[in-house]
Amino acid sequence: MLEINDLHAGIGEREILKGITLQVNAGEVHAVMGPNGSGKSTLAQVLAGNPSYTVTRGTVQYSGQNLLEMDPEVRAQNGIFLAFQYPVEIPGVSNAYFLRSAYNEIRKANGMEEVDPLEFLDMVEEKLKLVDMDKAMLSRSVNQGFSGGEKKRNEIFQMAVLAPRLAILDETDSGLDIDALRIVAEGVNKLRSPENATIVVTHYQRLLNYIVPDFVHVLANGRIVKSGGKELALELEEKGYDWVQNVSDVEAAV
Amino acid sequence: MARESGPASKGDAEPVTTRPPHSIATYRKDFGLLPDVPDWLNRLRAHGMERFESLGFPTTKNEDWHFTSVTPIAGRTFRPAMLSKLGVSSEGSTAGMVARADLRRFTFNQPGWHTLVFVNGEFSADLSSFAGIDKNVRVGSLAKAIQSGTGRPERHLGKIATFEDHAFTALNTAFIHDGAFIELQANAVVDQPIHLVFVSEGQGEAVAHPRNLIVAAQNSRASIIESYVCVRDNTYFTNSVTEISLGEGAHLDHYKIQRESEQSFHVGTLQATQARASQLHSFSFAVGGALARTNIYTSLAGDGATCTLNGLYLTDGAQHIDNQTRIEHIAPNCPSHEVYKGILDGRSHGVFNGKVYVHPEAQKTDGKQSNNNLLLSPHARIDTKPELEIFADDVKCTHGATVGRLDELAMFYLNSRGIGPESARMLLTYAFAADVLETIELEALKTALEGMVLSRFADSGAVTRPRR
Repeated sequence: MLEINDLHAGIGEREILKGITLQVNAGEVHAVMGPNGSGKSTLAQVLAGNPSYTVTRGTVQYSGQNLLEMDPEVRAQNGIFLAFQYPVEIPGVSNAYFLRSAYNEIRKANGMEEVDPLEFLDMVEEKLKLVDMDKAMLSRSVNQGFSGGEKKRNEIFQMAVLAPRLAILDETDSGLDIDALRIVAEGVNKLRSPENATIVVTHYQRLLNYIVPDFVHVLANGRIVKSGGKELALELEEKGYDWVQNVSDVEAAV
Repeated sequence: MARESGPASKGDAEPVTTRPPHSIATYRKDFGLLPDVPDWLNRLRAHGMERFESLGFPTTKNEDWHFTSVTPIAGRTFRPAMLSKLGVSSEGSTAGMVARADLRRFTFNQPGWHTLVFVNGEFSADLSSFAGIDKNVRVGSLAKAIQSGTGRPERHLGKIATFEDHAFTALNTAFIHDGAFIELQANAVVDQPIHLVFVSEGQGEAVAHPRNLIVAAQNSRASIIESYVCVRDNTYFTNSVTEISLGEGAHLDHYKIQRESEQSFHVGTLQATQARASQLHSFSFAVGGALARTNIYTSLAGDGATCTLNGLYLTDGAQHIDNQTRIEHIAPNCPSHEVYKGILDGRSHGVFNGKVYVHPEAQKTDGKQSNNNLLLSPHARIDTKPELEIFADDVKCTHGATVGRLDELAMFYLNSRGIGPESARMLLTYAFAADVLETIELEALKTALEGMVLSRFADSGAVTRPRR
């Protein structure tokens, strides 16, 4: 589904990703872990098409298409979803209006008819239960005045409504208490399917107790320095990031 | 005394040129051609003309006009449309030029509203409809009231809108001829809004000086809308003045909808005086005109009087839209709240100047003022200057101004959800204006203005994004 090959990217002159190569197939859950500043969030943002980042080298193929050529909205219309680490507040636009616009834009792009507000509301109520959110949130402004936990749940709620093929969760666990974490993880797990893939970007192993990955990749200094199965996350938890940092230094010296 | 003023400006400064306004002589000549009226009005007009001639057009050296050059108005000779047909035709003939169908797009699809139409400043009975209005409300043409003496407009006319130092109000006063005269008797409550539609035909360089008088006796209540519109895009000049007297406990919701031609010039002043416990809720929407200035002035003269002055201005192309407000806190215990928002695109220039004066007797004043601006283009410019002058010691006053651009992160957030740049820009622009539009009580008007904001920014196509 996703093939990242030797991806270099950064902001302005500063290179943050220094050659990422990663393949994600349908049905798989990949965890991308790493210390602060390793480039995890940059990878997530670049895949979603944040124009603040510049890709300087490498390729990304998504379902046989050149992802890097696609504008962010086209990526979304083709099934990519990024759950933001810091969801953006949009005063004056209700969650309902925002999400219905997104839903209809994606449908339109895929040759499907738009749904009217009432149909949309019916469909959405089910998804709200998934993340244990109240219907009243729909009439509130997007993320405005939301607690940290509410914002993260709202991201997962949007994901549930937009039903992406490739979901990228950027530090969705940060700032969540254990109950909220469980709710979010359950939401994600219910959306797992053989057709979809998920990339979970996280600093801590904690989330991976709830969202069990098929693969774990460790990022350090803009490169994947180690890949393995779910047990790699536990090993990391035990030995700390210094361990992989050292591994990468050794590899770099060789 | 505490004096605080915070000018803030963004964008490139333009050189200001002032030409000697040769048009003043033409105004004097046309003044001499005005048909005779009762003595009291002849005297008032003469006073207005005298003040206008002695003041001349304001220059940018005048503090109130610092960011707005009226050279495009002063440098043209606009002739009163009414003079060209004097002695030729009688009342109502103007209606022939503007058809009812032309007005449909300006009346918000509200057949139930009481509507008074003025064509080039003159009342048109044919186009107006307010037959079913309550008995304790008098509504009609000011010209007619002047002629017949009904309602004695001389009690208020020229006594609320000060023109000693205001050239455009003086000019309007010199040419007082027609407009709306609305009188609400004590406890009168008007069931439906009263819509005053000022239509410019847009033929030739014509000027209209509509003069409106609204007198609301104690505990009366009404919603009044003033729309300034045109049927043809052309160069003309509207110089309107509305005087409002609110009695004790009177409540007026006033809306000014300025949708003039983008080649036209508009100066409009609303000046109110408020007695004890009266309420004025003003909303000023400005979208038209090459050069447009709206003044909203009110005096909180009685204990506990309230005003909210809100507004939204949308500018594009080379438009220049200036909004000035002045709130005089004269009596104690008066709250005044003000929110003006501006959305500026193209090479347009917006100006906001909000003054709040708190007189020594105005203890327990509660004043809040804010002005927020959204620049959609790097070439748009805003000059904003909220001013507070406080002479009382027990008051609570705040003011502030902001200037910003569309949030890139919010743009990306919307894009990342499948919403393209056009729609995202429209949504964010609309969102910026949403809270001030939300203060509009008239649902039909609110919906119409929301629609206008959305459609205005739907197709501007100026979205740029760095390519990868």
